[in-house]
Amino acid sequence: MLWQTILLALREIRANTMRSILTALGIIIGVGAVILMVTLGGGVTVEIARQFDSIGGNLLFVNPGGQFTRRASDSRNFKMRDVEVLRRQLPGLFGITASVGNQAEVVFGSKNKRTVVIGTDNEYFRVRLWKFAEGRTFTDGEVLSGKPVCIIGEEVRQDFFGAQSPLGVKIRVADISCEIIGLLSPKGKDIFGNTEDDRVIMPLRTVQRRIIGNDGINTIQISIASKADIEPTKKRTAEILRELRNVPEGQPDNFEIDDIQSFSAQIQSVLTVMTLFVGAIAAVSLVVGGIGIMNIMLVSVTERTREIGIRLAIGARESDVLMQFLIEAMMLSGLGGFLGIAFGLGGSALLTPLLNIPFVFNAEIVVIAFVFSAFIGVVFGYFPARRAARLDPIEALRYE
Amino acid sequence: MTRAEPLIAFRDVRKVYGKGEAEVAALAGITFDIHPGEFVAVMGPSGSGKSTTMNILGCLDTPTSGAFVFMGVPVQDLDRHQRALLRRNYLGFVFQGFNLLKRTSAVENVELPLIYRGVGAWERRRRARVALSRVGLADREHHTSSELSGGQQQRVAIARALVTEPAVILADEPTGNLDTARSHELMRLLTELNEKSGITVILVTHEEDIAAYAKRHIRFRDGLIASDDRSA
Repeated sequence: MLWQTILLALREIRANTMRSILTALGIIIGVGAVILMVTLGGGVTVEIARQFDSIGGNLLFVNPGGQFTRRASDSRNFKMRDVEVLRRQLPGLFGITASVGNQAEVVFGSKNKRTVVIGTDNEYFRVRLWKFAEGRTFTDGEVLSGKPVCIIGEEVRQDFFGAQSPLGVKIRVADISCEIIGLLSPKGKDIFGNTEDDRVIMPLRTVQRRIIGNDGINTIQISIASKADIEPTKKRTAEILRELRNVPEGQPDNFEIDDIQSFSAQIQSVLTVMTLFVGAIAAVSLVVGGIGIMNIMLVSVTERTREIGIRLAIGARESDVLMQFLIEAMMLSGLGGFLGIAFGLGGSALLTPLLNIPFVFNAEIVVIAFVFSAFIGVVFGYFPARRAARLDPIEALRYE
Repeated sequence: MTRAEPLIAFRDVRKVYGKGEAEVAALAGITFDIHPGEFVAVMGPSGSGKSTTMNILGCLDTPTSGAFVFMGVPVQDLDRHQRALLRRNYLGFVFQGFNLLKRTSAVENVELPLIYRGVGAWERRRRARVALSRVGLADREHHTSSELSGGQQQRVAIARALVTEPAVILADEPTGNLDTARSHELMRLLTELNEKSGITVILVTHEEDIAAYAKRHIRFRDGLIASDDRSA
C-alpha cells in the first residue's frame, strides 16, 4: 500500500518533471547551500588543524607594538637580552627563538625574485617543526660570527634550481653573497594560499648586521611543552616584558602576544558566523520552497479533483487520500533535498581543490538535510492533502 | 431471519438541499427494498430524484431524514470513514463518463480498489487479470485509457467494479456515452454478471431499450416513486 503510494507519487512527479523541479527549487537551493557551507567549513577546520600542527603546536608569537601604542619608542624592537631573560624565567618551555624578517631581493645567475629573508637561530627549526630535506643547520661559529650562509625553502629551490640540489651554491641575498647549506622540506600552502616554503633563512646576526643594520629582534616565538600552560605562560611573558621594557603601571603593553590557538578560535568563530548566515538564508529558502510546494500541491489537487472523486468512490478513505498527497509532497521536497545534497556535495568537490582544503564528507548533515527537507514536504503538504481528503466525492466526480 | 433480508432498504428517505426559502426536496419520502440478486433499473426525468437516490445508495451521500439500511447496517448513522469502508467492501461503481485514471493502464485501473483493500501486489494483478478477461479485455491490459475505445473503457470500468466481488454494482447511465451496438454489448455483460455471479445490479438510465435488460423498474417523478414494477 505504502509502496504503491510512493510509486504513484513518483509517476505524478515524472509526469510533470519541469514543474516538479521548479517547485523543488527553493528546497534545492536551501539544502545545497547548507551542504556546501558545512562541507567547506569542515574542510577549513580540518585544514586549519593540520596547519597548526605543521606550524608547531602551542606557539606564542611576541611582536613589538601594541594596539594602543602610537609613539615610536613604544614599538621598538626586542633585544637579545629580552630573549635570554625569557628563556631563563619561563617554566615549561619547549623552545624559544628570536628572529628578524625582511623582504629582500635574491639573485642567482640571471634569475631573481623578492622573498622573505629571516634571520634566526637553530632553535627556530625546532620550534617551528621544520624538517631538512638536505644539508644541515647553522654551526655555532656561523651563528656567532654572522657568516653569510643560508638555508632555503622548497619554493626558492624550484624557482632557482628546479629539481637540482642547491647545496654549496652561492646566491646573492640583498647584495650579500651567500652559500646555501640546507634545504627545508616543504610544508605546502595554507588556506589563504600563503606558503612558508618561499623563505631564505640566515643566521640572526648576518641579517641584523648586513641587511637591516641594527641589532633589533622583531619576533620572539615561544613554544610551550603543554597546552595547559599557554595562558599562564602568556601572562608571565607579558609581566617579564613589561618590566624589561619599562612599561609604567596602568599603561597598556607596548608589545603583542598572539597564540595560534586563539587565531584558530577566531577563524572558527568567523566560520560559525558564516555558517549561521548561510543557515539563515537557507531557512528562508526552505520556507519559500515549502510554500512553493504547498502552492503546486493545491494546483495539483484542483487538477485532480475528478481522480480524487474516483478514488473516494471506489473505496479510498479520507486517510488514504490524505496519505497519497502527503507522500507526494514529501517526495517532491525529498527529491529537492536529494538534488540539493547532490549539488552541495558536487559544488564542494569542485571548490575544495581551489581553496586548498580537503573534502570532508559530513554524513550527519546529509542525513539531517534529507530528513528535514522531507519534513518540510509534510508540513507544507498537509494543508493541500487535507483539502483533497475532505473533498465531497459527489462534487469531485462531477468536476470537469 | 424468517425470509430473505432485503439487501437494501429505503424507509421514508428524504433529501433536502438548501435552507429556508431556497429549500428543495430532492427526495420527498421514498420507501423500497432491493433483495440480493435483483437487476433494477432506476428511471425518471432529470431532477426526479434518481441521481440523489443513487448517491445515497452508493454511500456517497446521506439522507436528511429516514433510514437507508444496507446489509443490515443503518447507513444514515455512519460517518464518512465508515461509509468509505462500505464502498470499499461491498460496492462497485460504473459511471457514465467511465472515470478511469489517466496515464494508467487498464490492469492498474482495475487493481485500484484492491490496493485500498490491502491486497498484495501479486494477488492483485492476478485478480485484475481475471476481471479483465471476464469483460473480454484480457489482451488490452497494458493499454491506457486514451488508447481504448469508449466501449472498452466502460468494460474496464466494469472490471474495476467487479474485481472486489461486490454485493452491488451501481451503474449510473453506463451507456450514456456509447453508441447503440456498444450499449447493448455492455448490457449483455451486466446481465451475465447478474445472472451468473448473482451480483445485484442497480442501473440508472433514460433509455427504455437499455432499461429493458433489467427485471425491475423503479420510476421516479418529483422526488417520489411513480411506479415500481417487476417484469415477468
